[in-house]
Amino acid sequence: MQLNKILKGLLIAVPVMTLAACSSSSDMDESAANQSNQPTSQQETTNDMVEVETMTAEQRAEEQLREKYEALRQEQVIYFDFDKATIQSEYADLLRAHAEFLVQNPSVKVLIEGHADERGTPEYNIALGENRGQAVEKYLQSLGVSPSQMSVVSYGEEKPMVNSRTEAAFAKNRRAVLVY
Amino acid sequence: MFNKIKVACLILLLGFQSIANAALEIVITEGVDGARPIAIVPFKYDGVGPIPEKLSDVIAADLMRSGKFKPITVAQMPQQPNTDSDIDYAAWVNKGVEAVLVGTVEQQTDGRYLVSYELVDVIRGQITGGNTQMMSNGKLVKSQDHILEARKSVISETSFRRYSHRISDVIYEKLTGEKGAFLTKIAYVIVREQDNKPYQLVVADYDGFNEQVLLRSKEPLMSPAWSPDGTKLAYVTFENRQSQIYIQDLYTGKRELITSYPGINGAPKFSPDGKKLLLVLSKDKTGSTEIYLLDLATRRETRLTNHRSIDTEPSWFPNGQDIVFTSERGGNAQIYKLNLKTGRSKRMTFDGDMNLAGSITPDSKELVMVNRTNGQYHLAKKELASGAFQVLTRTRLDESPSIAPNGSMIIYSTLYNNKQVLALVSMDGRFKARLPVLDGQVKAPAWSPYLQ
Repeated sequence: MQLNKILKGLLIAVPVMTLAACSSSSDMDESAANQSNQPTSQQETTNDMVEVETMTAEQRAEEQLREKYEALRQEQVIYFDFDKATIQSEYADLLRAHAEFLVQNPSVKVLIEGHADERGTPEYNIALGENRGQAVEKYLQSLGVSPSQMSVVSYGEEKPMVNSRTEAAFAKNRRAVLVY
Repeated sequence: MFNKIKVACLILLLGFQSIANAALEIVITEGVDGARPIAIVPFKYDGVGPIPEKLSDVIAADLMRSGKFKPITVAQMPQQPNTDSDIDYAAWVNKGVEAVLVGTVEQQTDGRYLVSYELVDVIRGQITGGNTQMMSNGKLVKSQDHILEARKSVISETSFRRYSHRISDVIYEKLTGEKGAFLTKIAYVIVREQDNKPYQLVVADYDGFNEQVLLRSKEPLMSPAWSPDGTKLAYVTFENRQSQIYIQDLYTGKRELITSYPGINGAPKFSPDGKKLLLVLSKDKTGSTEIYLLDLATRRETRLTNHRSIDTEPSWFPNGQDIVFTSERGGNAQIYKLNLKTGRSKRMTFDGDMNLAGSITPDSKELVMVNRTNGQYHLAKKELASGAFQVLTRTRLDESPSIAPNGSMIIYSTLYNNKQVLALVSMDGRFKARLPVLDGQVKAPAWSPYLQ
């Protein structure tokens, strides 16, 4: 919980800091320019839209990728087939996004929770949940994440996401969760 | 003013009633047909003020819940005698009753009560007329062999339920030849989502009365296991965001951390002599979960299994020499037997898709397990000598079977109205009952050993 808050703080702080760093060289001028230009720039946008759009288009590709990864990182849950601990290919992008982030931020640690649906016994499901957590750990490790950044805890069937016993509920409960 | 009092009284009354109802509602779902008719006559009470607890109600409920007896109702009784001499044997025999319990409760000073009771074989009584003469040491003596048991005891106000269970044990043993298990407790985990610390470790009488919370946690609790002397529980907690095994003394409340390795610390089971603990660890990353034996005095642990796949759910044979455990080494999860001396293991189960959570009955003759067939999880048993396999339950998502110390019943966790509840099934599968639905999800029941 605490970590999560810190991380969210970082997510906001890091881009702001980098922006600030970019503009730091011409701090005074810029701010002065901003102040004086504000009314004119508004006029400009109403007058000439095309120029403004082409100015930012260059940055898009990288930014888009970063945004995509950021969006993917908001998704922290991957789901498994019944009684399986194999990671499905549809989660490749999601896990790559997390891996990239962890590689770039070696001080950040992640807790991988493994969960199971209620079918089977609690002890068996603890083992199954751990296999799922470890599958995610190994996958991230193969993408360059240091083992020291990761830990696994299995909750088995003890912490269902959905407290119902339909097939749909079971599918939601068979999961691994990345907790920062 | 009076209205307010009335309302308060009503609320109080309703409150008490709902508590009473909640505790009493054990629903027998199957199999009273084969039970033997007996009669537990209300005890005559001689005292000032109301009787603390009706012994006969508790005893009748016990015997009915055993699945072996069908106590007739008070309305069906031809008479309400209090001693053998008042019993009209023929009248009871005509009702189809084979044995009658009669007794009295006399209030004494200092909150003490003298309880006297007799268990009478009315069929024998009808034959002998209540008196037979027989030769003993060359003399003709009077015998009352129709009186199966006659006892007196002084009990305190707070021990009525306890003493009732004691009488049930006596009756059960006299009439079946097996020891009764009514004076036992169950430990279980209940998840009360509405509470600040929802995960609670609880001990209650075997019939659900006298529930006592031993531990409340914000994180899951699992796998309570009794020490053979009935004074301690080993269990698993997640309070430190990882699984850990603790042993807690029930009476002093002292907790002792047993293992806290990276990965899984789970499924503790005390050895029959109480000196060792079987448990599951995943600290050695060479495989998945492995089974270990921990010496509680030296704290030295020995690894018992070594396999890439899941090995879990260890449980002792009563001899303390062999264990059973669940393994996926053959593909699907099956139950294996391992000899601690030779280290040799052997697969025990072949029925259905998979078999889990094996435990051996106290007489060492049967294996009780969770069987999956066609995707359904039910309790099953296998006779070790003949290999005969029998599915015992038909409820949904059955798990965590725990056998009564006399081997007569299994308590387990199942689903009822989308809630986890506890249920009972007799070892022959004929009698089934559901324990009261509580205010939470109830799981991981563990039946205590015999208690004193």
